[in-house]
Amino acid sequence: MSVEKINKDFQDLFVQGKELLYNGVNDLMNEKREIAFNRFIEGGIPDKKNENYKNTDLSKIYERDYNVVLNYHRQDVDLNDVFTCDVPNLDTHLVLTTNGWYYARNHELSGLPDGVIVCSLQEASIKHKDLFEKHYGKYTISDNGVTDLNTAFAQDGYFIYVPENVILEKTIQIVNLMRANADLMSFQRNLIIIGKNSQAKFMVCDHALSSVNFLSNNLTEICAEENAVVDYYQLQSQTLKCSLVDSVFVNQEKNSNVLNHTVTLYGGLIRNNIFTKLSGENAENHTYGMYLTDSVQHVDNYTYIDHASAKCFSKENFKGVLDDKSTVGFTGRIEVRPDSQQTEAYQNNNNLLISDDAKVFTKPQLVIDADDVKCSHGATVGQIDEDALFYLRSRGIGAKEARMMMVFAFTNEIIGKIRIEPIRERVAQLVEKRLRGEDSHCDACKLQCNK
Amino acid sequence: MAKDEDEIIENVTDGEYKYGFVTDVTTETIGKGLNEDVVRLISKIKKEPEWMLEFRLKAFRHWLTLEVPTWAYLDLPKIDFQDVIYYAAPKVNEDKSWDDVDPEIKDTFNKLGIPLEEQMALSGIAVDAVMDSISVKTTFKDTLAEKGIIFCSFSEAVLNHPDLVQKYLGSVVSYRDNFYAALNSAVFSDGSFCYIPKGVRCPMELSTYFRINAAESGQFERTLLIADDDAYVSYLEGCTAPQRDENQLHAAIVEIIAKDNAEVKYSTVQNWYPGNKKGEGGIYNFVTKRGLCEGFNSRITWTQVETGSAITWKYPSTILKGDNSSSEFYSVAVTNNYQQADTGSKMIHIGNNTKSTIVSKGISAGHSSNAYRGLVKVAKKCKGARNFSQCDSLLLGDKCGAHTFPGLDVQNPTAIVEHEATTSKIGEDQLFYCNQRGISTEDAIGLIVNGYAKEVINKMPMEFAVEAQKLLQISLEGSVG
Amino acid sequence: MLEIKDLHAKVGDKEILKGVNLVVKPGEVHAIMGPNGAGKSTLSSVLAGREVFDVTKGEVHFQGKDLLALPAEDRAREGVFMSFQYPVEIPGVNTVNFLKTAVNEHRKYKGLEPLAAGAFLKLMREKQALVEMDAKLMNRSVNEGFSGGEKKKNEIFQMAMLEPKLSILDETDSGLDIDALRIVSQGVNTLKTPETSTIVITHYQRLLDYIVPDVVHVLYDGRIVKTAGRELVAELEEKGYDWIKKELEEH
Repeated sequence: MSVEKINKDFQDLFVQGKELLYNGVNDLMNEKREIAFNRFIEGGIPDKKNENYKNTDLSKIYERDYNVVLNYHRQDVDLNDVFTCDVPNLDTHLVLTTNGWYYARNHELSGLPDGVIVCSLQEASIKHKDLFEKHYGKYTISDNGVTDLNTAFAQDGYFIYVPENVILEKTIQIVNLMRANADLMSFQRNLIIIGKNSQAKFMVCDHALSSVNFLSNNLTEICAEENAVVDYYQLQSQTLKCSLVDSVFVNQEKNSNVLNHTVTLYGGLIRNNIFTKLSGENAENHTYGMYLTDSVQHVDNYTYIDHASAKCFSKENFKGVLDDKSTVGFTGRIEVRPDSQQTEAYQNNNNLLISDDAKVFTKPQLVIDADDVKCSHGATVGQIDEDALFYLRSRGIGAKEARMMMVFAFTNEIIGKIRIEPIRERVAQLVEKRLRGEDSHCDACKLQCNK
Repeated sequence: MAKDEDEIIENVTDGEYKYGFVTDVTTETIGKGLNEDVVRLISKIKKEPEWMLEFRLKAFRHWLTLEVPTWAYLDLPKIDFQDVIYYAAPKVNEDKSWDDVDPEIKDTFNKLGIPLEEQMALSGIAVDAVMDSISVKTTFKDTLAEKGIIFCSFSEAVLNHPDLVQKYLGSVVSYRDNFYAALNSAVFSDGSFCYIPKGVRCPMELSTYFRINAAESGQFERTLLIADDDAYVSYLEGCTAPQRDENQLHAAIVEIIAKDNAEVKYSTVQNWYPGNKKGEGGIYNFVTKRGLCEGFNSRITWTQVETGSAITWKYPSTILKGDNSSSEFYSVAVTNNYQQADTGSKMIHIGNNTKSTIVSKGISAGHSSNAYRGLVKVAKKCKGARNFSQCDSLLLGDKCGAHTFPGLDVQNPTAIVEHEATTSKIGEDQLFYCNQRGISTEDAIGLIVNGYAKEVINKMPMEFAVEAQKLLQISLEGSVG
Repeated sequence: MLEIKDLHAKVGDKEILKGVNLVVKPGEVHAIMGPNGAGKSTLSSVLAGREVFDVTKGEVHFQGKDLLALPAEDRAREGVFMSFQYPVEIPGVNTVNFLKTAVNEHRKYKGLEPLAAGAFLKLMREKQALVEMDAKLMNRSVNEGFSGGEKKKNEIFQMAMLEPKLSILDETDSGLDIDALRIVSQGVNTLKTPETSTIVITHYQRLLDYIVPDVVHVLYDGRIVKTAGRELVAELEEKGYDWIKKELEEH
């Protein structure tokens, strides 16, 4: 199927589903929907001709025939019963989504500080209209069809607002569950606003509960206001049949500090787009990622850090281990605008190839238009250090175990960046299991996500 | 302090172009514009054999199907390819007897510091001097011929060594390669040809000196360099052009083939007219340079100092096909005023145990934009490849830009590929340290910039290194020069 | 304990060991000395099981077992320990975790249960004291950012933890100041029992002032060309290696 056909199918879907799409949300959302849709018609799905999608041909995954759900579908079981995620020593507020929609039977979150809002995006668009309109769609950049497609078709997702001067102690855990009887395409749209002087932590898990083909297009906007501190951890653990195009747009005001941490444990095709705009002075951003690939998995991370203001700091590090016939892409763009003096921006991408057939394409980019800057990037592709391996073996550690230790050590740097200890330990445990070739679902989880 | 520094940087970066004069010489040109007839006419003027014309026509027809590439980080003005003169030749007598050469031409090259009389020539360097579309003189041809080395203008090679030309022309850079390669293949007028036979170490540096003189003309030269088994050659290339208000087009191709154990060093000092301080005029420089390490243990080294041209689009690359072959790329690119450069290198690892090194130093000043673009590719069957790339950018002033776009494409797990890049301005602490030792800020900047470029300049043959250093001073320093 | 017969080894096309013969009995300390390039470090690497070296001829028996047939880790588990001339830095691998894995792999090999966390920590503290190892280093990655002296101490500390039967000290004195040299030697001497043996590979006399050998060998051009008692050390120190070369040429 050609790109033209895919684009045509989306056009038909939009026209036919218009009534459902426009239902239940605020006008602004629908205005943006209209604009995005028109722009999508012009540009279409990014294919290999798009420089930023050279490593990932989306036309391949979009050419499959999927069901598209344009209204909320009830699940036949209570997901709260079948899904529990219990991280030791970590008390969280749990929010579930299903197939792109805010789960209707989410428990009421108790003990939230005054003024904190956690609800569905649809609800927020009407009940919290002013807040919603102030932020919705303000941080997305539509330089490709993926973003526009989400804005055109997404109807729901979660909305989180933390007002000024609130420190949210508990981590908010969001679990995006895909569950269906037939191949399904979903769109999810999320909005997170952290007010001035406030702090919040998020743990987002992507899981698939059924063994059909899924294609998710998720988009999250995060706004960190002045002095806000935000931790955003994402753990992607799906099946080979899942394709995920996940975009996160972060906007950072003065003195804010954001940690964006993405661990890709498993999935069929995963494309992460992480855009960060440092809008206010002295903002600090840390963007880290890790990917462990095997089989015929494909993981492509695209990051864009925009130093739009002076005196900001950004640090970025992505590391991956590639096995079997998996393929990996990395593009990291750092842009320092003309007046963004005293910028510090650092980026690194390191890849470990442990099979003959794995492939990696890495493309760091520095675009610098200010002179008082300290910027660097580095990229490496290599293997396990043989000297170190021998050293371990000479101490009696078996070759296989030694190799494991080395790979784990390689990933350790990224795991170590997690600022919440219980999550760090949990991720370390999952990564180790994953590297040992075991299922990397959590021990406490009743679901066997990766089976 | 800040103001002082700005002033100083301005002074320092305010060098004048010294090669902007025009030679008053009778020039033979053909009309502006490009079509099949023009291609045929060029071929006819050059009395080329049929196969050469065929090659040109194929390239021309392919060119018609292509669009100007826009992926580079360049603010590319629209070029009207029909508004260019595709052939301009200073009048030289048929037999090219040196005594008959127009004294103006001799004088031109003397002024450029390239005397073409052998008795006066720089010791140990053979020169092929190319002015506009044709080669005006090749020195030391006979000395070289004794060793079996062929060093002549491209036109002569087409007529005298058709076998070699036919075998290798387009074998490394196909006319299908890109827009400018297709254009060059259609209309190239002259250039240099060099063949080093088996086991011969070329006893002197070979050099081509390119000079654009005629107005409104483009220069499209081609260099083809073949080093047979166990051969060695060091090759130098220099270029200048007069100061004119309108832009001029230069689109060249360089092809290098290195056989078993052969070694080729290719050095360039590119100093085309960069335009004036307001960004008016200057050469548009679109060059495709590629080497093929075809043989076992062969080696190609690219060294370039790029200070000229209004726009530079150039990526000297090597295909490492032979096992154990290696290649290096050392580059200093300086941009000032409104110059734009998008330059870098590609290293394609195909043979086993191939090694490559990329060292690129970009220096941006004024309102210029300087980009490094590179690709290191390790093919699936290539075992034991090793690459190290280092790209540093230095910014002088706050109106310029430095951009880095490397790419690593690795398809074999035995490869070790590393890339590092840094961008910084001259450190205040470095300047202060120099000041404290009694060195003026102006001199300090000069010192630091030269030190910064030294790693690359040191790779050049002595005579060129000196010239390159001078050039750096001219393009950046003013007071330091 | 150890018996090496006519050992030949090469790296690439270059033959480095050209027929080494050596017998080490339990409780003995052997010193192997020799000029640079004689093959000293190659010998220790071959014994430890480094794969870059091809053994082309000869046999090595360790407590009756064919050592060359074992992979590096099994040699270690059998009780062969090599103190590296250049200990390898392993970023990301925590020292404690590394040691715990090594100790428990040794135990597993012997059919023992893994050591409980408490017992392991106790053992570690005990052995740390032996080489005056800074406890802070334990929380760092293996050898990463360690000074030269700290690295060598770490080697002996690991030796203490793993309790080998045969220890091969490859140029352990290189890069050590006098205090570290004393600590390292003391550690080695304390660990010595009548059942364990030591091979000290060194270029200089210095280390042998502290770790006194029973037998001294001179390795030259891939062969052991001279074997004598400890008095040979002083003689070598005084006259250098040239006289041995001369002696060889005369024969």
